[in-house]
Amino acid sequence: MPSTLAAAWTIASKDLLLEFRSRTAFLASLVFTALVLAIFNFARDPTAVSTTDMAPGILWITFTFAGLLGLNRAFALERENRTLDGLLLSPASRTGLYLGKALANLVFVASIEAVALPLFALFFNMPLLRVLVPLAAVIALATVGFVAVGTLMSAIAVNTRFAELMLPVLMLPFLMPPITSAVQVTARLFGGRPFSEVAAWLKLLVGYDVVFIVLCILIFEHILDE
Amino acid sequence: MTAARVETGDRATPAPALEVRGLTRSFGRVRALRGVDFALASGEALAVFGPNGAGKTTLLRILAGLLGADRGEVVVGGEKLARGDVRHRRRIGMISHHSLLYDGLTARENLEFYGRLYGLPDGPAATRRALDAVGLGDRAASPVATFSRGMVQRLAIARALLHDPEIVLLDEPFTGLDQQAAATLRDLLGRLRLERRTVVLVTHNLDEGLELSTHVAILVGGRFVECGPKTGDTAAYRARYAQATAGA
Repeated sequence: MPSTLAAAWTIASKDLLLEFRSRTAFLASLVFTALVLAIFNFARDPTAVSTTDMAPGILWITFTFAGLLGLNRAFALERENRTLDGLLLSPASRTGLYLGKALANLVFVASIEAVALPLFALFFNMPLLRVLVPLAAVIALATVGFVAVGTLMSAIAVNTRFAELMLPVLMLPFLMPPITSAVQVTARLFGGRPFSEVAAWLKLLVGYDVVFIVLCILIFEHILDE
Repeated sequence: MTAARVETGDRATPAPALEVRGLTRSFGRVRALRGVDFALASGEALAVFGPNGAGKTTLLRILAGLLGADRGEVVVGGEKLARGDVRHRRRIGMISHHSLLYDGLTARENLEFYGRLYGLPDGPAATRRALDAVGLGDRAASPVATFSRGMVQRLAIARALLHDPEIVLLDEPFTGLDQQAAATLRDLLGRLRLERRTVVLVTHNLDEGLELSTHVAILVGGRFVECGPKTGDTAAYRARYAQATAGA
């Protein structure tokens, strides 16, 4: 039987290959991202609130909802032809299944973010290059937590009647800590504040990631038991 | 991943390939199974007939390890089935009216994917053999989305048998098949018998089920009203089935 990591890699490769061939979720998320950024850009009043104050919130709202579109498809694609039964019948461990789905989601959400970030800089005229490395680190930390929780919630939501609606309802309360932390750190980075002002928020992000990755792995096995 | 040896009491008697004892399962107030028992040796095939809602699919999903039982036990090759026992999953192959295949992958990619999940050391070679066995060798590179229902079902059989399981579970495998696809499926199931695999087949189709089985059970309201080696002809079973399911 395959090791947990081998099973995870097999499942992630399959998910990414299916998405690469159809590109449906990726294109939908990209269009959504561009539309949200465009709407915020034209709706804002720069004389009322400065771009530097408003941009971090807009960036993370965009990332969060574009990511949710992608997470929906993680287990939805296993509903067709009941392929989830095929996965559960195999000797691959449940942890391998969770990690495989999470890895595919991570690549998917990171790809959306990689396209959204330049669009964000373009629309809001933000000097990203100056803070690119620390910003990328914050995005990576927040995305790991987002995907860890999102993969679990996607597995819970998939068997409900309105899975697409249930996922955000289930997930958003759990996303408050990482999204709040990410917005706070991003705002301080854009404002050129010293590292000491963001250290506590970064610790919160790291702690959230560690706790929720472990929790989600432990819970996932029971989620799939009927 | 615990497995306990079943005490048979008679050392000369080999443990059945598949034994089910007192299987009970409820969904809320609905009692899907109410104490199901049977035992099958290697090479034996049990056809389970029953009306809709009799508990046939529940029985099969418990045997496959996809569903837990409230009470009772499933014993495979002398070892009790424990939830999450990955060794047990290697011994089971399941064919249902759902293909468990990805439409966006080719036939070869589907089988190689499952081959990797089962940890097959010779995945590509096993895939080639499996595709040839179901007559799909020349369509290996075609996406499943382009297959007819019969071809999908043949590929589903290849998927279920890819890891050479001892026990094969079939849930309404003839549903939606044309005559040619059904004939191919019959041939394959006949081959399973010759290979001494143990088969549990759940179906509405008395003719198909009786042709392919050595044992017959009639499941009504979560209970076997009849279970044993096949005796008599199809007409006799049809009459007994009609009698058993009258009012069900």
